Amino acid sequence: MAKRVGIEVSVAIGEVVTMTNTDVIAAYPITPQTHIVEHPAKLAADGELDAEYIPVESEHSAMSACLGAAAAGARTFTATAGQGLELMHEVLYIASSMQLPVVMAVANRALSAPLSVWGDHSDAMAVRDTGWIQIFTENGQEVVDNILCAFRIAEDRGVLLPVMVNLDGFHLSHVIEPILLPEQSEVDAFLPPNDYPLPLDPAKPVTMGDFGPPFIYTEVKWAQEVNLRKSMETILKCWGEFDRIFKRCYHPVECYRSEDAEVLLLTMGSFSETAMTAIDRMRGEGKNIGLIRLRLWRPFPFDEIRNAVKDAEVLIVLDRALSFGGPGGPVSSEIRSALYNEDRRPKIVSFVGGLGGRDITVSGFQEMINRGIEISKTGSKHEFEIFGVRE
Amino acid sequence: MVKPEKELTWKDLEIGAVVTEPGNARQYRTGDWRSQRPTYKFDKCIKCGLCWVFCPEACFHQNDEGYFVADLYYCYGCGICAKECPTGVITMVEEEE
Repeated sequence: MAKRVGIEVSVAIGEVVTMTNTDVIAAYPITPQTHIVEHPAKLAADGELDAEYIPVESEHSAMSACLGAAAAGARTFTATAGQGLELMHEVLYIASSMQLPVVMAVANRALSAPLSVWGDHSDAMAVRDTGWIQIFTENGQEVVDNILCAFRIAEDRGVLLPVMVNLDGFHLSHVIEPILLPEQSEVDAFLPPNDYPLPLDPAKPVTMGDFGPPFIYTEVKWAQEVNLRKSMETILKCWGEFDRIFKRCYHPVECYRSEDAEVLLLTMGSFSETAMTAIDRMRGEGKNIGLIRLRLWRPFPFDEIRNAVKDAEVLIVLDRALSFGGPGGPVSSEIRSALYNEDRRPKIVSFVGGLGGRDITVSGFQEMINRGIEISKTGSKHEFEIFGVRE
Repeated sequence: MVKPEKELTWKDLEIGAVVTEPGNARQYRTGDWRSQRPTYKFDKCIKCGLCWVFCPEACFHQNDEGYFVADLYYCYGCGICAKECPTGVITMVEEEE
């Protein structure tokens, strides 16, 4: 049976990465990701983790080293945050295009300037289109569980794509939570050894990341798109199998008290737990309000989102990132576009909030929901409203 | 050998578009880049082979009569052959399409 331990979430990630028998970790420390890579570095130095730990000089090099390791068939892990993720940016596309199954934890952090080490989703949203599978988590248990799932999804023969597990910086990375760490035997039963089909091998040489002239680039990109969309089947199967072994279940879109709700709030990441408490309070006041939590960001769960919100009158979307000069937060604009052609769809109200580590409390969510209901009736002169900004 | 480029679909690609066979760069139709093509007046040709020497794509070969001609699958129409030809055999003309 799994042990329930009080542990810092970042350290718990290191523990589960150790259990996966990861071969290579290449990482550069950056707040608030630091403890995620510090713990396996210590384990590797102490001989408790049988892995190559590559201390690189930048995140660009970290991801580049991960590509090489994954191409050689190694199980590969890294982690970063904020500016570090942006420095990796161009290499992220190469991991997904070359189908290299790297697993990365991202301790979400606001982008500079002004310099902020605190959390929001501006880093993750800037790498939205890099072709990675992208999962958002709400608490420490979900982080640990999805890191484990990420290896299985990434390395699946039918997928072979890199997977990013997002956890809110500080709100998740630095808290000590009671977490059920799996037994080694459970991990071994759940996660088969990595068997990359076309590794770098002198006995069978191949050309990776070759020149792609106009006659073939379109075909390569379409193959990549089809593969990322198709990965949904494997993700669902993996979460199903995880549920069977560990008795904890995950879905691309998760609903909380939403069945008969007239008004729905949609959140991503750790703020969802605070939002749940706000929903409970408002339900207690007799208001028909529910919560939708978007767990899988890429591939985008179109059917699940459409199905989850189809009976609501109002959908209030909270983004923790700004699309400057655009239609609102990235999540809300994507949900709008996913619903636009539906015959029946809720009115969408877009909020941006929780930027750069700004908390949204339970009463804050209640206030946001009430303001959202008001906007749905009266309209707003803005495309979106920024929650809690001082006028 | 892989399929000719015009027949290659997205379903034919290896994982991550890996190339598993050597030497297939020769299938790459650099002739697609061409906006002008070389034409020849062989009555002035002295078969010196300077076009063959200077062609950056190395796409000239000698035909059965010993005259030098460019392979249009590869010739990208740079015109260096026409510039270097000492007797003015080669004239570049616009490609219609």
